[in-house]
Amino acid sequence: MAVCVAVIAKENYPLYIRSVPTENELKFHYTVHTSLDVVDEKISAMGKALVDQRELYLGLLYPTEDYKVYGYVTNSKVKFVMVVDSSNTALRDNEIRSMFRKLHNSYTDIMCNPFYNPGDRIHSRAFDNMVNSMMMQVC
Amino acid sequence: MEGLTLSEAEQRYYCDLFAYCDTESTKKVASNGRVLELFRAAQLPNDVVMQIMELCGATRLGYFGRSQFYIALKLVAVAQSGLPLRVESLNTVKDLPLPRFVVSKNEQESRHTALYSSDADNPASYSGVIPPPPGRIQVKKGSVSHDAVQQRTSTDQQESTSPVVSPQQSPPTSPHTWRKHSRHPSGGNNERPLAGPGPFWAPFSEAQPGSSTSSDPIWSGHSPPPHQENWVSFADTPPTSALLAMHPASVQDQTTVRTVASATTTNEIRRQSSSYDDPWKITDEQRQYYVNQFKTIQPDLNGFIPGSAAKEFFTKSKLPILELSHIWELSDFDKDGALTLDEFCAAFHLVVARKNGYDLPEKLPESLMPKLIDLEDSTEVGEQTGEVGYSSSPAEAPPSKSPSMPSLNQTWPELNQSSEQWETFSERSSSSQTLTQFDSNIAPADPDTAIVHPVPIRMTPSKIHMQEMELKRTGSDHTNPTSPLLVKPPDLPEENKMSSSVKYTPGNTVTDGYSSSDSYTSDPEQIGSSVTRQRSHSGTSPDNTAPPPPPPRPHPSHSRSSSLDMNRSFSVTPGQQQAGVVAYPPAVPPRPQPSQGAGPHVHRPVDAEGLIAHTSTSPQQIPEQPNFADFSQFEVFAASAVNKEEEDEIETHSEVLQGKGTTPLAPPPKPIRRRLKSEDELRPEAEEHTQKTGVIAAVLASQPSIPRSVGKDKKAIQASIRRNKETNTVLARLNSELQQQLKDVLEERISLEVQLEQLRPFSHL
Repeated sequence: MAVCVAVIAKENYPLYIRSVPTENELKFHYTVHTSLDVVDEKISAMGKALVDQRELYLGLLYPTEDYKVYGYVTNSKVKFVMVVDSSNTALRDNEIRSMFRKLHNSYTDIMCNPFYNPGDRIHSRAFDNMVNSMMMQVC
Repeated sequence: MEGLTLSEAEQRYYCDLFAYCDTESTKKVASNGRVLELFRAAQLPNDVVMQIMELCGATRLGYFGRSQFYIALKLVAVAQSGLPLRVESLNTVKDLPLPRFVVSKNEQESRHTALYSSDADNPASYSGVIPPPPGRIQVKKGSVSHDAVQQRTSTDQQESTSPVVSPQQSPPTSPHTWRKHSRHPSGGNNERPLAGPGPFWAPFSEAQPGSSTSSDPIWSGHSPPPHQENWVSFADTPPTSALLAMHPASVQDQTTVRTVASATTTNEIRRQSSSYDDPWKITDEQRQYYVNQFKTIQPDLNGFIPGSAAKEFFTKSKLPILELSHIWELSDFDKDGALTLDEFCAAFHLVVARKNGYDLPEKLPESLMPKLIDLEDSTEVGEQTGEVGYSSSPAEAPPSKSPSMPSLNQTWPELNQSSEQWETFSERSSSSQTLTQFDSNIAPADPDTAIVHPVPIRMTPSKIHMQEMELKRTGSDHTNPTSPLLVKPPDLPEENKMSSSVKYTPGNTVTDGYSSSDSYTSDPEQIGSSVTRQRSHSGTSPDNTAPPPPPPRPHPSHSRSSSLDMNRSFSVTPGQQQAGVVAYPPAVPPRPQPSQGAGPHVHRPVDAEGLIAHTSTSPQQIPEQPNFADFSQFEVFAASAVNKEEEDEIETHSEVLQGKGTTPLAPPPKPIRRRLKSEDELRPEAEEHTQKTGVIAAVLASQPSIPRSVGKDKKAIQASIRRNKETNTVLARLNSELQQQLKDVLEERISLEVQLEQLRPFSHL
């Protein structure tokens, strides 16, 4: 149900970004970019606390009238940002969490690939398929 | 030249030929070399050839570009069909047969001998008419050209002689291709038996006839992957040499296969490819090859190849990293970053296929799924070429067996991909949760443990006493919570552990009981202590199990301090004493009877009533020869002890105390202080209990009596000396025990610090 999914590296450049191929993909890119500020804010705030699963999930970063942006950060400061359509009601927190978990698992699978250099753009087809499955749910 | 319209077949054919001739991959063909050979092979008179060349414009350009080449070929066809060579004829003549190129026998033979051992298995069912665009297949670096020529020549032969495939040609490909080819159900294509390079042919067939049933060969047919990298590239590195070595045997096969590509044959190929076949099957030979390669990296066939080693190996294949990455994704089934033998074979197979022009599949083909069993030879699927005998091992047999595995494996990736399976995914995710949360298992010692273990808290004197007793008994391992005062929740776990450990010490039970009695000040506590004892027992094994019950216990005991304990101990005394009494005798050995006897007694009274006094007496033995006092006390208590509850509690207490004994440091000074205090406390508390008072009185009485005895005469002096020595030993033991406790506590502290350090870095992320 995501409208846009992005994987941002530790240095805040995108490793992967994919939007529903409707209009205004650039808009989503911009949204993701601006949401990084919110992510950083949240990360620094919880720097003291022990990082556990719950804290990896940042929750709703900020809502706009059209959509909501959710964030998730891994232990290695790789961020996942997901933009979902606001009209998608009943998209519960748990669902968002599970989507992020899927992303995280797929991301770790990519990491396991010795041919992948961390910091490269992600071209994995498996990852693409997974993201597609998440995004195709968009009505 | 005017636009040239070619039929599909022509297009393909010409393309292949062009590729064949385009040895340098420069998209233009020199007038010399292959082109000439080709034209010569067309068996056209030279002047016609010249005419053709002129017409197509090559003479003007000095070389054949693709269009020129095509035009030339068409003109050749025109010429061969007997039509006058005209530019107009290029497009006007319909249904022009494809140009034929015939290679002289001599050439063929020479080539054949050079390469191959006629392989009957490769019945060249070439139609022989149309020179297979071998060049195309062969278009590989270097040796390709050589092969191409040879193939070309051999194509004419409709024999199954293996085309002269140059041995140099990347051997690796040949066996695979060949094998694959053989696998492909040669629907009627004789060449199939050649077991042609499956991947090769499939593309070919696509290219030409356009049938593309084989697994996604990408060949557009237009530009054969002329620049396919051969496995030869592997040869750059030592491992690849193995490839070459392996190949010689299969070269022939290759050659035959390669040569197949003629247009007519393509029809057959087409048929073949159309028929069901699994180009991803691994032949025995291939499999053996892969296994050998695996061994070079990892001698243990059941072991793994780490990702880095695999990366190096496959990088040698010179495939683009992106493709290698995709191959890895496909083949590393369990996503563990390492390749098992099966995974390695699958990956290798995919690499070979890719190098031969096959597209990589999106999902791992069935036949490449890691199998639970080794690939076995089995009849090929639909394979006509029985002679080839390549067991399509992977395909049939394994599928039956491996379904469980592939299905398993498949479900796994599916989990990731299926959004609908979020539930299942959640299972997986929960695993990730567990991964991240594994630290939580360290979980603060269950508060239960704190609760469970009777907080020894109390009375240092009693503890000391207990320790002494224990020392005497076990000589070590006292875990008496010596500092009841220190017994706070943090200490509880330690004490609990200690107590639990102590518990099991046979001789200590009684003392524990005492200690526990000390810690419990009330009857409920006593009961609780028994419960705790049980708990502590359970606690030793799993601290968690401890249990439920006694919430009130520890805390009240904490709050109470010795006085409370005193109360409890008093009340408990009777039973405890009895229990203690019973328990003690066996534990006695280490100490001189009297002292030991006194010890236990001392414990008891201390526990029961603020044995603190007693314990204090023990340390005081030196000055006061407490042993004597102990005796008296003991006797007094023994008389009074009766309660069974107390007995239990005594045991539990003793256990607890022992556990508590581990509390560190503070004990030594404290007990002493406590002793004094306890004595004072005892005195007032004693009033609460007649027994206690009695005991105390006894103690007090004994104390003063001691000096008197001392002062008597030599005997008394000697006795006192003895007693002092005993006291010394006792105190020495106590000291050692306390030292041990100190060490334990320090260790715990260190471990906690380490844990803290471990946790801390995470917060810095």
